[in-house]
Amino acid sequence: MNKLFIVGLIGAVLFLTACGSDRQADPDSDQNVTINKDPFPSTYTAYPSQTTLLQNATVFDGLGGEIQNGDVLLVDGKISAIGQGLTAPDGAAIVDASGKWVTPGIIDNHSHLGVYPSPGVSAHGDGNEGSGPVTAEVWAEHGIWPQDPGFTRSLAGGITSLQILPGSANLFGGRGVILKNVPSRTVQGMKFPGAPYTLKMACGENPKRVYGYGNGTFPGGSPYSRMGNIAGYRTAWARAVEYKRTWDDYAENGGTAPSRDLQLDTLMGVLNGDILVHMHCYRADEMAQIIDISKEFGYKVSSFHHAVESYKIADKLAAEGICSSMWADWWGFKMEAYDGVRENIPMVHNAGACAIVHSDSEVGIQRLNQEAAKALADGRRAGISISKADAWQWLSANPARSLGVFDKTGSLEVGKDADVVVWSGDPFSTYTKADLVMVDGAVMFERGNPDNIPVMDFELGQPGEGDLK
Amino acid sequence: MIRTLMLSAVSALVLSLAATAQDIAITNAKVWTGTNAGTLNSATVIVIDGQISGVGINLAAPSNMRTVNAEGKWLTPGIIAPFTSVGLVEIGAEDSTNDTSAGGSAFSVALNASDSFNPSATAIPVTRLEGITRIVVAPSNGGSMIAGQGFVADTSGEAHSITHDQAFVYISLGEGGAGLAGGSRSAAWASLRGAFADAHTYPARYVAQSHGDSLNRADAQAFGQAVRGQQMILFAAHRASDLRQIIDLKMDNPNLNLTIVGADEGWIVADELAAADIPVIIDPFSNLPSSFSQLGATSRNAERLIAAGVPTAFAHFGFNTHQARLTVQVAGNAVANGVSFDDAMAAITTTPAEIFALAGHGTIAPGSVADLVLWNGDPLEVMSAPELILIDGEVQSMETRQTKLRDRYLSLDESEKPLAYKR
Repeated sequence: MNKLFIVGLIGAVLFLTACGSDRQADPDSDQNVTINKDPFPSTYTAYPSQTTLLQNATVFDGLGGEIQNGDVLLVDGKISAIGQGLTAPDGAAIVDASGKWVTPGIIDNHSHLGVYPSPGVSAHGDGNEGSGPVTAEVWAEHGIWPQDPGFTRSLAGGITSLQILPGSANLFGGRGVILKNVPSRTVQGMKFPGAPYTLKMACGENPKRVYGYGNGTFPGGSPYSRMGNIAGYRTAWARAVEYKRTWDDYAENGGTAPSRDLQLDTLMGVLNGDILVHMHCYRADEMAQIIDISKEFGYKVSSFHHAVESYKIADKLAAEGICSSMWADWWGFKMEAYDGVRENIPMVHNAGACAIVHSDSEVGIQRLNQEAAKALADGRRAGISISKADAWQWLSANPARSLGVFDKTGSLEVGKDADVVVWSGDPFSTYTKADLVMVDGAVMFERGNPDNIPVMDFELGQPGEGDLK
Repeated sequence: MIRTLMLSAVSALVLSLAATAQDIAITNAKVWTGTNAGTLNSATVIVIDGQISGVGINLAAPSNMRTVNAEGKWLTPGIIAPFTSVGLVEIGAEDSTNDTSAGGSAFSVALNASDSFNPSATAIPVTRLEGITRIVVAPSNGGSMIAGQGFVADTSGEAHSITHDQAFVYISLGEGGAGLAGGSRSAAWASLRGAFADAHTYPARYVAQSHGDSLNRADAQAFGQAVRGQQMILFAAHRASDLRQIIDLKMDNPNLNLTIVGADEGWIVADELAAADIPVIIDPFSNLPSSFSQLGATSRNAERLIAAGVPTAFAHFGFNTHQARLTVQVAGNAVANGVSFDDAMAAITTTPAEIFALAGHGTIAPGSVADLVLWNGDPLEVMSAPELILIDGEVQSMETRQTKLRDRYLSLDESEKPLAYKR
C-alpha cells in the first residue's frame, strides 16, 4: 500500500502563530497570576428527559442493596425516589420493568476509546505520547476522536460514564479525562461536569521496554530497568514538590510569578489533591514500592490498574484505601501478567478493599457485567460468598469513587444523576442485554428503537450503517 | 464476607478419579447430544475404553461400573476451540517462550506448528478448566502470508496429545496478507497463485533451482497436499471482497478444501459461502469496524451465516494463546444476538469437528470419543462452570497453576510462616 505522509504548510503556519506565552506575569502589578485549572471546560448539559417511573423491577442500588418489585423515579435527570410502590407523578412516563433489572449505569474507569479508536489505523494512534518517559503535560482529551464507534457499542453495553486514559508507555502518561457516555461533536461536549482530572502513571515492563529498549537502539534512554522506573518517578516528584513550593510561596507572598511548566502543573495538581492518580501496575511488590513513593512525596494513589496481583496484597490495599481496577481473567500476555487468577476481583473484595471491574478494551467494555459475573462465580466456587447486588459495586460505586464522582453518580441514591440501565433480565446472565440506557435521565440508547441508537459519522455510508451491532 | 468451603460430591470424585482410565457411567444427566437425538433429560451415558458405548434415557449402567449421578445437570460433548495458539507460547511478550510465529525464518508452508507444541504449557489446563477438550492450533504469520501448518490436540497435557497433525495450512489474505506479500492484495494473490503453481509442479521445477515463483523447495513440497485438496487451507480474511475472491478460487478449483477464519463481513456474502460450501470460523464478539476490512462487522454475523446454511464455528480471536477458554462465553453471546442455543452449542462442538474432520468428536453418541463435560448449570452461561471433564474417557484434573496460586493466597495470614511455604 502507498502510505502518503502529508505535512502541509498550513500546519507549519498554525504552529508558528499558535506560539503564545503562558506567562502572564507583570512584575509591576500587584495582581497575582493564577493558573487556569479548567482551560477546556465541559460544555455538556443533560439532554431533555421526561419524568419517568421504572416500575416493578429487581433493583440493585449500587451500594449492595437489592429491592424486589422495586421502583425508581427519575425527575429532572436526577434520582428522585427509590423503593417499592412509588406513585407516578402526573404526566410521568411509566416503564413496566417487570422481569427486568434496574441498576446504576456501568462506569469503566479504564478505557482508550477515542484515543485508540476504531478503525485502528495509523492516523488514529493518539493514546501514547511516546516522546519521553515523563509526559505529564499531555492530556488524553486532546487525543480523543469523539466519532469513535466504540462509544456507541459501549453505550449499548450499559456504560454511562468512563475514564479515557493515555496509554502505559510512559512513567507519567498524562492526564486522563472522565466522560459522560453521550455522543458529541466535541470532546468538551462529553466531559463530565465537575469531575476531577486524573493522572495516568505506569509501573513495570512497559516504560522500560519502550524507552530503555526504544527506537531500535540498544541501550535506549532511561528507564532501562525497574530501578530506572522508580528513579524516574522520584525525580519528577522532587521537581514537582519544588514547583509547588514556588507557586505556594508566590500565592502567599507575591513577587514575580513563577514560570509555567505544563508537566509540573499536572504533578502539582496531584500534590494539591486536585488530580487523582490512576496507575497501571501488575505486580504486588511493585504496588508496595509505589505506595512508599506516594508517602514520600505526599500524594495518594486512587487506583492501581490491571492489578493482576492485587490478590496477593489485598490486605495492604484495604489498609491503604487504594482501589484495584481489574479484569476478570486476563493473564499471561507478559511476565508481569503471569500470575493472574480468576478470583482476583472477589479476593480483593473479600479483603475489604475496593474492587473495580475495568475493561482496557473496546470489546470488554461492551459487557463488563459479564466480566463481573465470571469473577463472582469464580469467587463463589472458591468459597467467597458475595451477593450479586454487592458485586454491582465493582461496576458503578467503586469506579465512581476512584474517579472522584461518587457524589454525583455510581449509585441509585436520591439526588444523584439519573445514570441508569434497565436490563432485559438478570445482568449476570450471558443472555441479558441492556434495554434502556439513560444518562442524566435522558434516553441515550434504547434497544430495538433506531431513533434511540446513535450512529457515528464514520459509519454513515459504510457497509452495515445503522445495522444491529 | 463469609467464606464457606464447598467441596461438592463431584469435585471429591474428581480428586479420587483424576488421571485414571476407568470405565464410567454418568446417570441422570441432561445430555446435549449434538445429534438428531437432541437433548435428553435424565439420561445415562456409558463410557468404556475411552469411547461412548451407550446413551439413553432408560439405559442401565453395568452394575460393577463406577457411576456418577449428574443430578439432572447438563452433560455436553467436550468443547472444541477452533482457532487458537494454545501450547505454542508460555508468555506472549517473552520471545524466548513464544513459538507462534517465525519472522526470521526462510520457510513458510514447511513450518509445522506441532514442532513447537508444548503439552505442559500452563495455558493448557487453564483452557481445559473451562470445558475445552480439543484445541485447533494455528501458527501466526511471521514474515510470510503463509504462516505454516496447524494441528489439532486434546487438552490433557499428556505427551502425545496431538491427534491430527498437519491438519491445515494457514494463510492470511486481506489486509494482513497484503502487508506480508509486499504491500497490496494484488501482491498477495500473485504470491498465492505462484505458490499453487510451485506446489503443483514440484519437484520438476526444482530440479535445476531451489526456488520457484513463490516457494522454496521445502515449502513447495509441503504445500503439495493442500493444493490437491487433500489438506485444508484455512484462509484469514474479513472484507466481503476478499471473501468473494476466496469463493471464486473454490469455484475454479472445486476440489480444494477451504475454510475461512475471521469473516466479519461474511454475512454480506453468506449465500455465496453456503453455495460454495465454505465453512467459516468467526468471533461472535466482533462488532466494531476495527479496520477498513471490517466495516460491516456486526454481532448478528453468526445468526445470518447460520441462517444461510454456512457451517459456522465460533472462536475467540483475542489473546487466543491464553484466552481461547472464552470460547464458551462467545457462544453464549451469540445466543444473546439471535443464534439458537442448539446452533451455538454446535458451533463449538459438532461444527468444528466437521470442519476439521475430527471423526467421533463433537457429539455424544455410541462410538463417539468420550470427551465429556458435566456443567453445574447452563453451559453457555458465564456463571456456569464444568464440574467434571473427561478426555478420551479419562477424568481430568481440575487443578491449574492459577488454582494453586489462588489457594495459596486465599488467606494472607503470615503470622507463622511466609506464604511461600504454603502449597
